[in-house]
Amino acid sequence: MEVFVAIMVGALVAASVYLMLARNVLRFIFGLILLSNAANLLIFASGGLTPEAPPLIAEGAYAPAEGVANALPQALVLTAIVIGFGLFAFALVLVYRGYQNLGTLNSDDMRLAEPEDAPK
Amino acid sequence: MIWSLPLPIVVPFITAILAFLFRRNREGRWISVMGSGVMLVAGVLLLIRVLEEGPVAAQMGNWPAPFGITLVADTLSAVMVVITGITALAVSLYAVTDITDEMEELGYHALFQVLIAGVTGAFLTGDLFNLYVWFEVMLISSFGLLILGGSKVQMDAGIKYVTLNLISTILFLSGIGLLYGTTGTLNLADLHFAAAEVDPGLMTVIAVMFMVGFGVKAAVFPLFFWLPASYHTPSFAVSAVFAGLLTKVGVYALMRMFTLVFTSDIAFTHTILLWVAALTMITGVLGAAAQTDFRRILSFHIVSQIGYMVLGLALMTPLAMMGAVFYLVHHIIVKANLFLVSGVANRIAGGTDLDKIGGLYKGAPLLALLFLIPAFSLAGFPPLSGFWAKYVLVKASLDLEMWLIAFVALSVGLMTIYSMTKIWGRAFWKPHPDGITPKLAHLSLGDRLCLLVPIAGMAAMTVFIGLFPEPFVQVATTTAEELLDPTAYLTAVIGELPDTLPEEAAE
Repeated sequence: MEVFVAIMVGALVAASVYLMLARNVLRFIFGLILLSNAANLLIFASGGLTPEAPPLIAEGAYAPAEGVANALPQALVLTAIVIGFGLFAFALVLVYRGYQNLGTLNSDDMRLAEPEDAPK
Repeated sequence: MIWSLPLPIVVPFITAILAFLFRRNREGRWISVMGSGVMLVAGVLLLIRVLEEGPVAAQMGNWPAPFGITLVADTLSAVMVVITGITALAVSLYAVTDITDEMEELGYHALFQVLIAGVTGAFLTGDLFNLYVWFEVMLISSFGLLILGGSKVQMDAGIKYVTLNLISTILFLSGIGLLYGTTGTLNLADLHFAAAEVDPGLMTVIAVMFMVGFGVKAAVFPLFFWLPASYHTPSFAVSAVFAGLLTKVGVYALMRMFTLVFTSDIAFTHTILLWVAALTMITGVLGAAAQTDFRRILSFHIVSQIGYMVLGLALMTPLAMMGAVFYLVHHIIVKANLFLVSGVANRIAGGTDLDKIGGLYKGAPLLALLFLIPAFSLAGFPPLSGFWAKYVLVKASLDLEMWLIAFVALSVGLMTIYSMTKIWGRAFWKPHPDGITPKLAHLSLGDRLCLLVPIAGMAAMTVFIGLFPEPFVQVATTTAEELLDPTAYLTAVIGELPDTLPEEAAE
């Protein structure tokens, strides 16, 4: 199970790197979102993936039975998803606002802060 | 429960809420100043306690160590919290004049205080995932501060800053996932033991992932491009606090992780860090030499100075670590101060482009003096604070017979003087191209006080550290000892030997 998720993470990272190499900033942001999802899947898989084994602790016991997935990474991944959602909502609005202000999505043309003729 | 430990995090959050509620009136800005003052006091109390008792730790929600979230302060954390408080106080006072009413209404002071809370949280946490959360708190508020004002230049800079920092965050997060997958713990003290049991090759791969993630935050070569693209665009108070604190959190995280957790293959990881340090120093200072804008020169100098701190970490000897810590503290004060000076220069001379301003020495000799102190300290002139910081690092590399690194460190200091004299010659000595004489007297008395008191205070601190380095060196030496031998830190967090932990927790 973990092997399939690992392959999926690899595929997502490859796709995101391809997208992030584009000059179009919007594509770059989409690449980032894919990359962030790859990271989330990676954390999710790090706790082990065990279908049909709920992490329930029997009465009187201190630890769940063997062969149960670690629940902590699942909690971590929820936090990471929420934080990521907030950040990407901000990033998308920023890119939209940047498009309105600068009139371009091409990162090569975004030279206002670093004008090409600056060094003298 | 030790109350002095979470206090430096809680105070800025409360201040943020109050400042947001009073954002439409003038009270908001003074709440921000007072809150920063209270936070500084809390930090100093914490530092006194840590210096007396050694590292202190508190378990949040009373969950025992490796399971719950731990807050822990050793000398390094406590010193960083105090220096954060000093910077916050200086910048929030400066912001009273520097920030427009419109930006205040948009919630500048609240964002600023949340940023400070994020920075202190990152310094005080003893849990890796919690560190990620504090990084995010810091990051999202810095995004807000960077684009507050909404000019075109800020949008341009914001896109670069946001995207590159997000990549580093994701790398950091993936690193956490892999580390948890291999060791099964996120508590930094617990990781110290768990990391030793994992296959060193795997550990090195994860270590390099963290190195890249934190390297982007710390703006080291070749990952620094977001910094000179963005730090010259927001308002001056914002760029001062960014310049002082944000990259240093990255350096702090590198120091913490590469002394406490990733020590399995020092020969490999710290050699990378050594080369990174040398190239960071060189590229930063050469980049600065090509610039003609006050703040862009200073931005590139942040990069080059980060190299010195990473150098101290890379050498890993007690003397070098001491130098790195000393450098960290000295640099925060000096760099934030220089950005504040550039704000005053902008205000009275009408810009930061060195070709379009001038005459500051004639019109405002006080400002010229206040610029000279941090500028020469940055370059490493005796008897200012930067001299001791550089001296210790050069001495440490000479002790290890690393002549090349020592040569690089010295020549970068020389190049720094070149950049500083460029600012001095063009902004201060040359007459103003429009023929006007920029005078501090053109500002109202209240403005002058709010702008110059923080600058003068920080300059006085630079001189004080330079003239009386002994107590600071002693604290830095203690810090270095604690970093290289983390026994006290581990005992403070875990309490006993790690073997007895699972049974203890089960009870």
